[in-house]
Amino acid sequence: MSGEIVSTITGSGIPLRGNDIDTDRIIPARFLKCVTFDGIGEHAFEDDIKGLAEKGEVHPFVDERFANGAILVANKNFGCGSSREHAPQSLKRWGVEAIVAESYSEIFYGNCVSLAMPCFTADHDTCARLQDIIESEPALELRIDVAEAAIQAGEETIQLEIQAGAQGQFLDGSWDARAGLLENLKGVKQVASKLPYVSNYA
Amino acid sequence: MGQNLYHKVFDRHCVKQLPSGQYQLFIGLHLIHEVTSPQAFAMIREQGLPVPFPDRTFATVDHIIPTESEQRQRPLIDPLAEEMLQHIEKNTADYGINFFSPEKGEQGVVHVVGPERGLTQPGMTIACGDSHTSTHGAFGTLAFGIGTSQVADVLATQTLAMAKLKVRRINFTGQLKPGVYAKDVALAYIHHLGVNGGVGYAYEFGGEVIDNMSMEERMTVCNMSIEGGARCGYVNPDQTTIDYLKGRDYCPEGEAWNRAVHDWQSIASDADATYDDTIEIKGEEIEPFVTWGITPAQSVGVGQDLPKVNSFDEADQLVVKEAYEYMSFVEAKPIVGTPINVVFIGSCTNGRLSDLREAAKFIEGKKVADGVRALAVPGSQEVDRLAKNEGLDKVFNDAGFQWREAGCSMCLAMNPDQLSGNEISASTSNRNFKGRQGSPTGRTLLMSPAMAAVAALEGKVSDVRQYLEN
Ligand code: SF4
Repeated sequence: MSGEIVSTITGSGIPLRGNDIDTDRIIPARFLKCVTFDGIGEHAFEDDIKGLAEKGEVHPFVDERFANGAILVANKNFGCGSSREHAPQSLKRWGVEAIVAESYSEIFYGNCVSLAMPCFTADHDTCARLQDIIESEPALELRIDVAEAAIQAGEETIQLEIQAGAQGQFLDGSWDARAGLLENLKGVKQVASKLPYVSNYA
Repeated sequence: MGQNLYHKVFDRHCVKQLPSGQYQLFIGLHLIHEVTSPQAFAMIREQGLPVPFPDRTFATVDHIIPTESEQRQRPLIDPLAEEMLQHIEKNTADYGINFFSPEKGEQGVVHVVGPERGLTQPGMTIACGDSHTSTHGAFGTLAFGIGTSQVADVLATQTLAMAKLKVRRINFTGQLKPGVYAKDVALAYIHHLGVNGGVGYAYEFGGEVIDNMSMEERMTVCNMSIEGGARCGYVNPDQTTIDYLKGRDYCPEGEAWNRAVHDWQSIASDADATYDDTIEIKGEEIEPFVTWGITPAQSVGVGQDLPKVNSFDEADQLVVKEAYEYMSFVEAKPIVGTPINVVFIGSCTNGRLSDLREAAKFIEGKKVADGVRALAVPGSQEVDRLAKNEGLDKVFNDAGFQWREAGCSMCLAMNPDQLSGNEISASTSNRNFKGRQGSPTGRTLLMSPAMAAVAALEGKVSDVRQYLEN
């Protein structure tokens, strides 16, 4: 059993500058009051958007120039904070298909994998360079090749990095961990039977 | 060469290596709550998958539940909150999962309830769709916060796909000074190592300071591992752990108890265990900490001035400036004396009996400053009962605090307890993110329960050590 193969991502970019952008900012907690993820994309960065609007500034997620953005370029420790899958879900439902950043929180990263949304890393200068490119030419179509871990921006090809395990999962469609885990329920029961606490140390 | 606890526990639970290079890891205890589970149940329903180990999952309701008694009448006033509560009731009933409901008097914040019932036992792997699952590491468990798809993975397979982590031993040497608490120890290591210093690591906390701590204090320290970027954090089980667990509801008894103790002792890190990294923090050097910014690493000792922007690496200055702007604070000014509007004592970090007791010592016979709204929120219905037995509710109420019912309350903005406008709170919770406490412009200063208590009395950030000398 395997899911869709994710080998290339094409689309324009969205630059989102700043370190330590946490999941509470990506999707404020009040929008977690839901029993499905439907409609959650509309609330991505809602408070940051309002906060900037009050200062007369425009958040990239409501900036018309980036309205069709599919490749999000962020900075360090992106997605830190809560384990809420609502955060990557809201980005995905907003239209993000892949992320490039300097680093991620691990739970966020794992959540993105299970949504088939690849996360790449690059150093600070590379991320800043990509953000500059997107800002100077918002309509430019970017193209990420997952196997090469590279992003093409116009004439330029920029090398990125991706965890080898996740890369393989996108390329063979096995990013949905559940399918692989289900294959081995017999082995699971064996391990359980050897763990003394499972029988309450009987 | 000796092994550390992380590897011992990992190996015991490893089912196999997956093609992705990750490992399939058996999860001994799965805790769920109303926010991150409904979509997971929808996923397994859609795939027609059963739950093979329903007795290894336990549920509670904590994030959305109001903490004022009248507001806990069903249906809940907020229809969305009611819908979430109904979902967890139905899902747990449908799949035969134990639900610690408010009606049964078993409800509380998920990370308070697991340990107090004796569900959290040394050597387990634990998962919950909540990042502060690291709390359970206090018992010598590997405890992971997971996303909703992974909650569905655990429901359907009782396993997770996990990569192996590196292990960093953090030694807290010597003794803590008076007025310095477990919360300060947590804020100290995050301050030293940064909010992403732990990425790729499990943190093993040890040293004399940790050895001398109670289980509740160790939970506070482990709770905030995730705020330091670590995937999990733990303390090796010892006699303190065993004494805490003895006689708890879900712990074994008689001969089985002896076998359990023997097993628990065997999984602690060996004396000659190796680590990928070791650091040392001197207990004497830890001050009572207060956060001043929008990440838990943006903190200062209460006696110090706010740091200068240019004292940070250039790459970090953007978030420092952003923090000062959001907080309306000015660099190089003292943090002491900062006026506060709200005090919140509670959460899975500091909502246990010992936290409430400690805060009560400072407020007994005194009054909350005029204009300050102060909340004391027990972490569970059990904590509430124990606290009331000691008369703590009365101490808090007499001082002008509101004594509430158990829940996450003002730790996050999913129930009626919220900041409004740009109020500043002195909070014993774990996150000072922008908007975390319910107002998009609300401001949070994280600190220990004792520091929050004196802030309530003074109406401003105050140094708890001055109260000790009297
Ligand atoms: S008390 Fe706060 S941090 Fe803990 S589980 Fe509840 S919302 Fe999360």
